[in-house]
Amino acid sequence: MNSNDITHTLSTYVTTQILKQPKRILKGDEPLISSGLIDSFHLVDLGLFIEDKFGVRIEDSELNADTFDTLDQLVVLIQSRQ
Amino acid sequence: MRTFSAVLAQTCAEVPDRPAIHLQFAKRSDLTLTYGDLLSGAAGFASLLSRHGIGQGDVVVIILQHGEPLVYAFWGAVLHGAVPAILPPLTEKLLPERYRKDLAALIQVTRPRAIVTYPEFAHEVELAICAAAMAAAAPVMIAVDAVTPVAPDFAALGGLRREASDIVLLQHSSGSTGLQKGVALSHRAVFNQLDAYAPAIELSESDVIVSWLPLYHDMGLIASFVLPVLRRVPLVLMSPFDWVRAPIRLMQAISHYRGTLTWLPNFAYNFCATRIRERDLDGIDLSSLKAVINCSEPVYHSSHLAFLQKFARYGLSPRALATCYAMAENTFAVTQSAIGGPIARNEGGGIGNAGQVSSGRPLPNVRIRILSEDRRDLPEGAIGEIALHSDCMLSEYYHRPDATEQAFFDGFYLTGDLGYVLHGEVYVTGRKKDLIIVGGKNVYPQDLEQLAGEVDGVHAGRVAAFGVFNEDAGTEDVVIVAEAESDDPAERERVAEAVRQHITRNSDVAVRQVMMVDPRWLIKTSSGKVARSANKAKYLAEIMGQTA
Repeated sequence: MNSNDITHTLSTYVTTQILKQPKRILKGDEPLISSGLIDSFHLVDLGLFIEDKFGVRIEDSELNADTFDTLDQLVVLIQSRQ
Repeated sequence: MRTFSAVLAQTCAEVPDRPAIHLQFAKRSDLTLTYGDLLSGAAGFASLLSRHGIGQGDVVVIILQHGEPLVYAFWGAVLHGAVPAILPPLTEKLLPERYRKDLAALIQVTRPRAIVTYPEFAHEVELAICAAAMAAAAPVMIAVDAVTPVAPDFAALGGLRREASDIVLLQHSSGSTGLQKGVALSHRAVFNQLDAYAPAIELSESDVIVSWLPLYHDMGLIASFVLPVLRRVPLVLMSPFDWVRAPIRLMQAISHYRGTLTWLPNFAYNFCATRIRERDLDGIDLSSLKAVINCSEPVYHSSHLAFLQKFARYGLSPRALATCYAMAENTFAVTQSAIGGPIARNEGGGIGNAGQVSSGRPLPNVRIRILSEDRRDLPEGAIGEIALHSDCMLSEYYHRPDATEQAFFDGFYLTGDLGYVLHGEVYVTGRKKDLIIVGGKNVYPQDLEQLAGEVDGVHAGRVAAFGVFNEDAGTEDVVIVAEAESDDPAERERVAEAVRQHITRNSDVAVRQVMMVDPRWLIKTSSGKVARSANKAKYLAEIMGQTA
């Protein structure tokens, strides 16, 4: 899966499943965690989704804005572990 | 005469080497504090208070993250004879300005003598103190990084000179923005609560309590901090932030320490059942659990079933599921279901076909009345406001005589909760006012409506906020319906986003959905107020219409 596909998959998951705003467009550099868009409960969901979808495990200690705060950063993280 | 300090002095003399608290951390190994360690750290903190001129009966606000300093600060304030009040630290998603404003308002009402925080947060607290603008009585700011333990000299400490009727701690119940009420509890009230509650949960020194609950909440502070320490029951304590990122930690702690008791809000049952991977549960043994007590949110049978289905194969007994109805104003527990016994259910009540789950029977020191709107006693099974009387009620809302007076009727505390009594069991059905309870946290819809109305593009005063029960999550989702000034879909999307951001950053509440609607969509009452329940019904009907 190339980075565009990963971005699209993640973006769709976040807007439909977490934000419940399917029409919402997420920009690649938009802060997700520090902005409060994704709260800690949904962060765990996102971690589980990534593991199921991309076979990449994100440790619980990494589920914070220091590890990734945007879709772009998350894509880099996923690709670096695939 | 029993005071916290008297009990601690005795414990320190009799069992100094017994483990009191096992502190768990995400990135370092567990730290076990014996009673000797705990009280030496606390005495070290007490001497710090002394050096800052804090006196007996002074309120000490504690804003610290999970860790030794938090534990020492609370018990150190107690040993010093001061009155600790633990408040939540600023989280990354809340705006610092908003936090500062709320803290300043709290300082003005509570008038603490000191505020204890960690060095990185000291500047924030200083700004709040300035904003509170208290010329004469500004609190002292004490930044603590680490506490130097000293051997406790109980005779010299102020705590032993406190009376049983003196206030020992404040618990700040979440309230409407800026108007938090500090529940003031006396030594006597807390001991009366422990005397009544300990037998109800069949507590003994062979128990082990495991908790991830925050200490600024009654379930964390009383059941999972004060009770174990005063009753010599070992406590395993982790950070709520670590738990929420990895709920498996709770199961690991129970398995490792042979935990027997833990308290959870209803949503945590669903959270644990759905967010913990099977492979992480390899080798986990939950058979030591005597009770997992569901408390602080409405209790759902479906949440218990999901929890049991997930964890039964790891040793969780169905008989370990238990329920409790509690509030800070009664120190903690009002009712408790029988330990090891089945939880009563009223098949005719509640949502769906599952029936309504009982919160158990009143503790022996509690009398319950169910009152009608005009405050007459209602018969068995009828729903009304739950009022209670006990020997462990609050002394007052601290410095809020107005709120204290309003809270009582005929000597009974008016809980604001709706419920009924059937065959001696108490069933809690909801709130008298439109309160949203999400993830164990009380949220006042008017606060969210106010915030939404501040966003450009929203008709001020044309907003409804309400909670919608989400069965998968085991708690309520926060929904905002707002009338838009524009009918352009892209503009509405932008405004919806702005509303979500503004509310999150200013209230620390995650909004599940913001629905922008046409002008005059919202139903108002004859007096011109937005009718929340009617609008919730209309919203649900529209949602159903879309999916059908």
